[in-house]
Amino acid sequence: MSTPSTQPAAYWEVEPHHHEDGASTNIGFWVYLMSDCLMFAVLFATFGVLHGSYAAGPGPKELFDLELVALNTAFLLFSSITYGFAMLCMARDDQRGTLRWLAITLVFGLLFLAVELYEFHHLIHLGAGPQRSAFLSSFFALVGTHGLHVAFGSIWLVTLMVQVNRKGLIPANKRRLSCLSLFWHFLDVIWIGVFTLVYLMGMI
Amino acid sequence: MSAHSHDHDSHDHGSFRGYVTGFVLSVILTAIPFAVVMGGGFDSRALTVLVVIGCAIVQVLVHMVYFLHMNSHSEEGWTLISTLFTVVIVVIMIAGSLWVMFHLNTNMMPQMNHDLLPIGPQS
Repeated sequence: MSTPSTQPAAYWEVEPHHHEDGASTNIGFWVYLMSDCLMFAVLFATFGVLHGSYAAGPGPKELFDLELVALNTAFLLFSSITYGFAMLCMARDDQRGTLRWLAITLVFGLLFLAVELYEFHHLIHLGAGPQRSAFLSSFFALVGTHGLHVAFGSIWLVTLMVQVNRKGLIPANKRRLSCLSLFWHFLDVIWIGVFTLVYLMGMI
Repeated sequence: MSAHSHDHDSHDHGSFRGYVTGFVLSVILTAIPFAVVMGGGFDSRALTVLVVIGCAIVQVLVHMVYFLHMNSHSEEGWTLISTLFTVVIVVIMIAGSLWVMFHLNTNMMPQMNHDLLPIGPQS
């Protein structure tokens, strides 16, 4: 047996690829969003199964106020496009513009949360809290989980505004803003399911 | 590897035009179902449900294209593949749950008829 003098031909790449710092963050965050989507799917399925189990209590037609829901939908939709404008400013390296649009997005997010908290408070005040019936339990679980996501998204938004203010639009901050952008638009997509399947279908 | 340099960044941040188009389409697709339901709906309940669900599905697609910038080549196609996989799982989970539980309710719980329950409304 003679050993070959030259290196054997490699049929796979021996050297590891060079990846930009954080190049895989976006796809990783996307996979997280998909797992979050599965969690919401479970909550939607639970609501779908229990949406008629009123336990002789109030149903959607007695409880829901569609004008309030339309207002909330508008808030979330406006916050989506203002976040989009923040991303456009970020692509132009316009730090002031980015911060301004992020602040407007935050205002719409907080308005959404305020209206939702008012609605929950109103329902519990009427005696239609989560313990009243299976329908209301699944309603509070689904809409409450979405609201919690918006609340954590708002906290994240404030954190990033502080970071951009301190360190500027460095690549790491741009990456973080891209992730929050995906998160924020994803929440708007989930809200489409909520207002359609919970509120509108309940009122038909 | 030039494919990984920032010049060939695969995730774009969209354009002003794209965001405004997505926003206008979303407003229209939100206004239609709200107007239909708040106006009392069509005579046929099935038609109302169809319009409301149809607008929701189209609006989700509009959001994915114009706001989430999804296309078949972002992240070398992995975004699309993982999304399609998720959609399949979501459909199986929701449709399966509704199907199984509907049969349980109709076949195994004859007392689901609330008129026959011995207890009245509780507070």
